[in-house]
Amino acid sequence: METLKKEKAKTTKQNTIRISGAEAIIHCLLAEGVDLIYGYPGGAIMPLYDEFYKFQDKLTHILTRHEQGATHAAQGFARVTGKVGVAVATSGPGATNLVTGLADAQIDSTPMVCITGQVARHLLGTDAFQETDIIGISTPVTKWNYQITEAAEIPKILAKAFYIARSGRPGPVLIDITKNAQIDTFDFEYEPCKAVRSYKPYPTPDATAVETAAALINSAQKPLIVFGQGVILGEAEEQLKELVEKSGIPAAWTILGLSALDSSHPLNVGMVGMHGNYGPNLLTNECDVLIAIGMRFDDRVTGSLDTYAKQAKIIHFDIDPAEINKNVKADVAVLGNAKQTLSMLLPLINANSHQDWHNEFKEKYKIEFDAVIKNDVYPTKEKITMAEVIEEINIASDHNAIIVSDVGQHQMIACRYAKFKQSKSNVTSGGLGTMGFALPAAIGAKMGAMDREVVAIIGDGGYQMTIQELGTIFQNKTPVKIVVLNNEHLGMVRQWQELFFEKRYASTVMTNPDFVKIAEGYHIESKRISERKDLKATIQEMLASKDAYFLEVCVEKEDNVFPMIPAGASVSEVRLK
Amino acid sequence: MAERNMEKKWFTISVYSENNVGLLNRISGIFLKRHINIESLNVSKSEIENVSKFTIVVYTTPEWVHNIVGQIEKQIEVIKAFSHSDEETIYQESALFKIASSLLFDERNIQNIIKESNAQIVTVSRDFFVLSKSGRRSEIEEMYEQLKPFGIMQFVRSGRIAVSKAEMQISKLIKEFNQ
Repeated sequence: METLKKEKAKTTKQNTIRISGAEAIIHCLLAEGVDLIYGYPGGAIMPLYDEFYKFQDKLTHILTRHEQGATHAAQGFARVTGKVGVAVATSGPGATNLVTGLADAQIDSTPMVCITGQVARHLLGTDAFQETDIIGISTPVTKWNYQITEAAEIPKILAKAFYIARSGRPGPVLIDITKNAQIDTFDFEYEPCKAVRSYKPYPTPDATAVETAAALINSAQKPLIVFGQGVILGEAEEQLKELVEKSGIPAAWTILGLSALDSSHPLNVGMVGMHGNYGPNLLTNECDVLIAIGMRFDDRVTGSLDTYAKQAKIIHFDIDPAEINKNVKADVAVLGNAKQTLSMLLPLINANSHQDWHNEFKEKYKIEFDAVIKNDVYPTKEKITMAEVIEEINIASDHNAIIVSDVGQHQMIACRYAKFKQSKSNVTSGGLGTMGFALPAAIGAKMGAMDREVVAIIGDGGYQMTIQELGTIFQNKTPVKIVVLNNEHLGMVRQWQELFFEKRYASTVMTNPDFVKIAEGYHIESKRISERKDLKATIQEMLASKDAYFLEVCVEKEDNVFPMIPAGASVSEVRLK
Repeated sequence: MAERNMEKKWFTISVYSENNVGLLNRISGIFLKRHINIESLNVSKSEIENVSKFTIVVYTTPEWVHNIVGQIEKQIEVIKAFSHSDEETIYQESALFKIASSLLFDERNIQNIIKESNAQIVTVSRDFFVLSKSGRRSEIEEMYEQLKPFGIMQFVRSGRIAVSKAEMQISKLIKEFNQ
C-alpha cells in the first residue's frame, strides 16, 4: 500500500506527463488502488501487456487459462474484499469469453471492471481480425460499458468505470479500448470520479418510511427478517446483528446473504428458498411482518408469487429503487444503503424477544433435523454424503474458512451446512448459477484473503468446465484447497429427472477422468477418498497443508437435496423427501 | 403475477437522458429481455439543453410499465423516466404520403380529402406531390384509407411524440445534478 500511495502522489504531482494510452491505463489502475488483475493477452491488448511488463513491481497480473477464469477470479477477489475486481482480455474471442463472468457479476451485484482490447479505430466495422462488437454483446450484462477510441478519453472513462462499478448497487463495467487509443500519447492527468449527473447511486432514505417500518415492526407478533447480500455490500452486518438482537426477530438469509450473520447466532434461523430450511420457508407464510433487507425476492427464494407471504405486511429495504415492487409488492419501502437505513431504524425499535414465535422455528428445525439433517450430516449408510464433508470442514476450520462453491447439489449442501463466523466468507454463483465458477473464483478469493483458508467445494460436472485453472493455481502457487464431491452425475439435474421427469436420466451420467492424476499433472498434492474412516484425517491434512491441495471425495451417487420447494410451487409446499 | 393487474393498456414512456452512443441499445434491450414489443420510438432533443428525450409507446400492463421504467431509470446515462397513460398525455404522430401528381388534378376527391383532413401539401413536382398530416393515429389511419383507392406511392408514419398534462419534474432534477 505504501508504494501505491507514493505512486498516487507521483501521478498527481506529475499531472501533465505525456504518456501512451496503455501506460495511462496502468496509472489509472494504480490510482484506483488496484494492485492485482486477472487476464489473458492477445493482439489488440498487447500495448497494455507491454506496460504490465514494465510495471510488474507495482501491479501483479495473473495469467488465467481462459478469460472466463479471469472474470470469476476477479469476482472471487471482489466478493471477499469488497473491492473492485479487474479482468483484462483481448478483442474478439477474448472479449466474448468474458460474457458469462459479466452476466454472473451483473446478477450477483459484484463490482468488477473488465478491460478489453479492440481493433484500431480505423478498422472498426470492417470485420477486422478478432473484431467483435463487445459493446453490443455486453450491454445487457453490464451496469455500464463504453468504447474508448482516443487515448485522451482514458483517464476520465476509467475513473468513471471504477466509480460506477463500486458505488450504489455494485456491478460489472466493461471498457473496450481500441488499439490506437492504447498506442497514442497524450497529456495524462487523473482525477477520481466523484459523481455522474445522471446517476444517483445512493438514494436518500426517507425518515417517514423508516418510522412507518419501525411502527410496523414494533407492533408485529410474528415478524421475520430475510436478509440478502445488500447487508454485505452495504457493510451493515453490525447493524443487522443489533437489529436482530434488540428486536428478537428471527433472521433468515438468502444464498448471497449467507455469512452476514454468524451461523451460530441463536436468532439465525437458516436459509430461505428452494433448498432452504424448513422453518423459514414454511413460516414465511405465517409471519405477520416480513422484513426484507438487501434482497430481491428471486423466484428461487419466493417460489410461486401468488402464494408468497400474502398474509404478511412487507417491508423492503433496498438500495435499488427498481427492486421495489418488482416481484413482491412492498407495504413499506425504505430506499438506501442498508447500513444507513438500519442505523436510522435501530433507535426506533422496541426491545422484544418473540419467544413463542421463535419456538415455532425451533420445532420446525427439529422436524427438519429428524427428516433430513440427521441423515445428511450423520449418515449411517455406507457411502459418504456431501453434507458430512462440509461438516468436517466446519470442524477442522473452526467455522473460519471462506467457502467457494460451484453450482448444483454440492452448492446447496455447502450453503445449507457450512458454518461461518465472518462476513464475506461465502462465495457462490447465486443468480446466474454458473457451473465452473468455483475453481477460478477460489483463486481470486485466496489472493484477496491470503491470511484465510479458502476451500472450493465443486461437483464433478462444474469442475470440468474450468478445470484448466489448475494451471493458474500451479503457476502462481496459490494455496487453495479444492474439494471435488464426485457423484459421477450432474446431480441436481439428475435429481429433477428423478422427481419431475419420471427418472428419464438424459445426459446426466458422467464418465469421469482420474481427477487425482490430473491434479498431479499440475504438481498439486492430491488425494482421493471414498471411505468415511478416512474423511476426518484427510480434511485435517488438507487444511494443514501450506500449499494447494486437491481432494476428491467419492460420495453417494444418487442422493437428493432436501428440503425442496418444487419450481413454481408455494413456500408452504416445501418437501422434506 | 397472475392475480395482479394484468390488464394491458397503452403507455407512453418518456426518458430524459444524456446523448450517448449505445444508450438506445441499452434501453431497447430492456424491452427485448422482457419480450415486450416497442410500438413506436422517437428520439429527439428535449426542453433542456444537451438532454435527449426518448418517447416510447408500449401496450402492456401497469406492472410491466412500472418494472420497465425502473430498469430504464437504472441505466447510468438516464436522468429520469416517466410513464403516462393516454389520458395523461397530449400526443401526436406525423405521416407523409407520396402520391402521383396527376391525381391531384384528375381526382376532385383528393382535394376534398386534403381539405377535410387538415393535411398540408409539402411539395408538388411534375411526377408526385407529398402530403403531410399530423394527428392521432386514428386520423392518420382514416386518411390513409381514404387515399388508398387512388394509389399511394409511398407512406411513412413517425413514432408518437407526447407531452404530459402534468409537469415532469425534470428541470429541478437537472438543477440538483448540476449543483
